[in-house]
Amino acid sequence: MISEDRIREKLAILADAAKYDVSCSSSGSKRKNDNKGLGTTGNGICHAYTEDGRCVSLLKILLTNHCIYDCAYCVSRKSNDIKRAAFTVQEVVDLTINFYRRNYIEGLFLSSGIFSNADYTMERLVLIAKKLRTEHRFNGYIHLKTIPGASDELMKEAGLYADRLSVNVEMPTEKSLQLLAPDKKREDMIKPMHYLKEQIVQHTEEKKLIKATPTFAPAGQSTQMVIGATPETDLQILGMADQFYRRFQLRRVYYSGYVPISNDNRLPALGTPVPMVRENRLYQADWLLRFYGFTVNEIVSPDAPLLDMDIDPKLSWALRNLQLFPIDINQADLQLIKRVPGIGIGSAEKIVAARRFNKLNWEHLKKMGVPITRARYFITCHSADFERRDLTPVAIKQQILALGNSKYSANFSPQLSMF
Amino acid sequence: MITVVTYDGSFEGLLTAVFEVYEYKLAEVAFSRSSNYQDTIFNTTHQVVASGDKCRRVWKGLEHKLSAKALGDLYKAFLSEQPDIDNVLLDYIRHVFANTVSVEQDFSHPAVLRVVQMARMVHREKHRMEAFVRFQLTRDHLYYAVVEPDFDVLPLIRQHFQDRYADQLWLIYDARRKYGIYYDKESVTTVAMHFSEEVAAGKDIRSIQDEQEGLYQLLWQQYFSSVNILARKNTRLHIQHMPRRYWKYLPEKLL
Ligand code: SF4
Repeated sequence: MISEDRIREKLAILADAAKYDVSCSSSGSKRKNDNKGLGTTGNGICHAYTEDGRCVSLLKILLTNHCIYDCAYCVSRKSNDIKRAAFTVQEVVDLTINFYRRNYIEGLFLSSGIFSNADYTMERLVLIAKKLRTEHRFNGYIHLKTIPGASDELMKEAGLYADRLSVNVEMPTEKSLQLLAPDKKREDMIKPMHYLKEQIVQHTEEKKLIKATPTFAPAGQSTQMVIGATPETDLQILGMADQFYRRFQLRRVYYSGYVPISNDNRLPALGTPVPMVRENRLYQADWLLRFYGFTVNEIVSPDAPLLDMDIDPKLSWALRNLQLFPIDINQADLQLIKRVPGIGIGSAEKIVAARRFNKLNWEHLKKMGVPITRARYFITCHSADFERRDLTPVAIKQQILALGNSKYSANFSPQLSMF
Repeated sequence: MITVVTYDGSFEGLLTAVFEVYEYKLAEVAFSRSSNYQDTIFNTTHQVVASGDKCRRVWKGLEHKLSAKALGDLYKAFLSEQPDIDNVLLDYIRHVFANTVSVEQDFSHPAVLRVVQMARMVHREKHRMEAFVRFQLTRDHLYYAVVEPDFDVLPLIRQHFQDRYADQLWLIYDARRKYGIYYDKESVTTVAMHFSEEVAAGKDIRSIQDEQEGLYQLLWQQYFSSVNILARKNTRLHIQHMPRRYWKYLPEKLL
C-alpha cells in the first residue's frame, strides 16, 4: 500500500485543480443495479454542500494536473508554478469505490490535464471507467470530461462506459478562445460535440429496435463556459447556449464565473470579485429557456444585451411586457401562469389542478404556498381585491426590491432556488 | 362527546381505527397511540386492535379513488408523527369517501393541504437521509450508519439502499427511535437494538473498525475541504442545505 500521506496530498492537489469545473449534476441517467453489483444512478443526490453552498455529488478530480498546454484562465496551465501530481488508474478506481460504498458520493467526475498527448490521456480516463464498470460492476454515475483532440474511437469507447460526456468550450466565442488558449482550436471542441450527438441519437434509435444495444452516454453531453473573463455580452452567451441546446441536444450548459487566478494582463486582475450575481442570473435565464418556454430574444436582445443584475430575468421580462398583465389565474393557460414572476412550475401546476375544485382566492394561494408578494402585481383571482393602481414598471420594481426579502436577491449558486 | 380512539401506533392500526370509526359511527374522535394515552373522566375510550382485514378494506377503498402519489402521501404524512396528524388523516379519508370524484388535488380543503404539506416535509427528510447517511466499515465487513431523522423515514429509504448497496452488508440505525434496518445481501429486516450512547453516536468504535476506515474518512475530509472555493464562501447557503442538526454524524463536519 502506498503511503497515506502521499495519497492524501494527491487528492488535495487534484481535487483542488478540478473544483473550478462547476458541473456536478449526477442526474439524467437511469442505470439500474440489476447485476447485483454496486450502485444505482437516479435523480442525483447532493451528499454534502461545500461551505460556498455548492452541491457535492461526485468525486470530482483530475487524473493529473500536468499539462502541455497553457490556457490563461486555468490553474493547471503549463507556465503556472504549482505542485503537480498524478493518480494511477488503480488509485482513482479505489477512491471511487470506497467513497461510494460509504455513501459519500453518487459517482465519479473525471477530467485531466493533457500529458504527452490527447489520446494517451483519454485512454487512461476510459480505462478507469471500464475497470469500474466491468471489474467492480459499478452502476454509479460516471462523467468523463473528454480531452479535445482525442480520437473518435476513444470517444466512442468512453460513451459505452460513461453516463455523461462533456466537451468544455471554455470560452463563449472563438475569439476569446484564441486570445486565452492559443493551443486550442474551437474546431476540436465542436467536432466531438457533433460526433457525440450523432452517436447518442444513433444508439437511442437502435435501442428502440434492439433492446440489447449498449447504452451510450445515457445522461447525454454537457459543456461549460467561463464567464466574466472576457467581454462577451449575456446575449452572446445565451445565444451560444441556445445553439448548443438545439444543434447538439446538450443536456446542460454550465456557466462558471471566472475566479481570478493569475495576473496575466489578458484577464481580470487578481482580487476582482467573482461575478456571482451574473452567473446566477445566467442560470435563471437558462432555466427560462429550458423549462419555461422562453426564447433568447425575450430575455435579452440586441438593444438590451445584458441581464438586469437587480432582478431576475423573469421579472425583468414581465416588467417589459406589462401590457400582458394582469392575468386571471382562474382562467389563464398554464403556459402563461408559469410566466408570472414569483410563480414557479410547481405552483403553476398546483393552481391549474386546484382551480377545478374551487375558484381560487388570495387565501387559497397563500395556503398553497404560492408566494404572492411579487405575483400580486401581475394576477387577479377570485377576489375583489387586486392591484388597481396603474403602476409603472419602475414603481413595481422598486416596490419589489423594497420587500428586501433575501429570498429575492441573488442566490450565489448554480443550485439555485427558482423565482 | 369526544371518543378517544387508542391504537398501537402502526399505520395498519390507524387504518383499522378509521374502519372502526365508520363501523361504530363515531362522530368526534381523538386518536391516541396507546402508550401515551392517559385516561380522563371526561372522555369515553374506544380501543382498537390492528386488523389486517379492516386495514386492507380501507386501503382498497382508497386505492379506488386516489392515485399512487396520493396514497404515498398519506403514508408519508403518517410517518411525520405530528400530534394532530392522525385526525388530519381521518378528515382526509372522510373527505375522500364523501365524494365521487378524486379530491386529492382539492388544496382548498385543510386536511388535503396539510397532508400534502407534511408529506412533502417527510419526503424531503427521506431525501436528506439518502444523502447524509455515512457508512463506516467494521472488521466484520458490515457498513454501519447512525442517523437521527426528524421523521420516521427508515421505512421510506430501505428500498433505495437495498437497490444501491446490493452487494454489501449494511445497517442503518435510527438513534432517536431506537431501531434499525439491516441488509444481509438478500433482504432487509427491521431490527430493534440498543447501542451504548458512544457507539450510537458513532464515536469510539475504532476498536471494531476496518483498518482502512480511518484512511477513507480522512480522505473524504480532505476532499471536502479541498473542493471549497474561498472566494465564493457563503455560509448561509451552506447551512440552509446542510442544517447543523445533521452534522453530528457527518465525518466531513467533524473536523
Ligand atoms: S488544456 Fe485543460 S488542463 Fe491544460 S491548461 Fe488548458 S484548460 Fe488547463
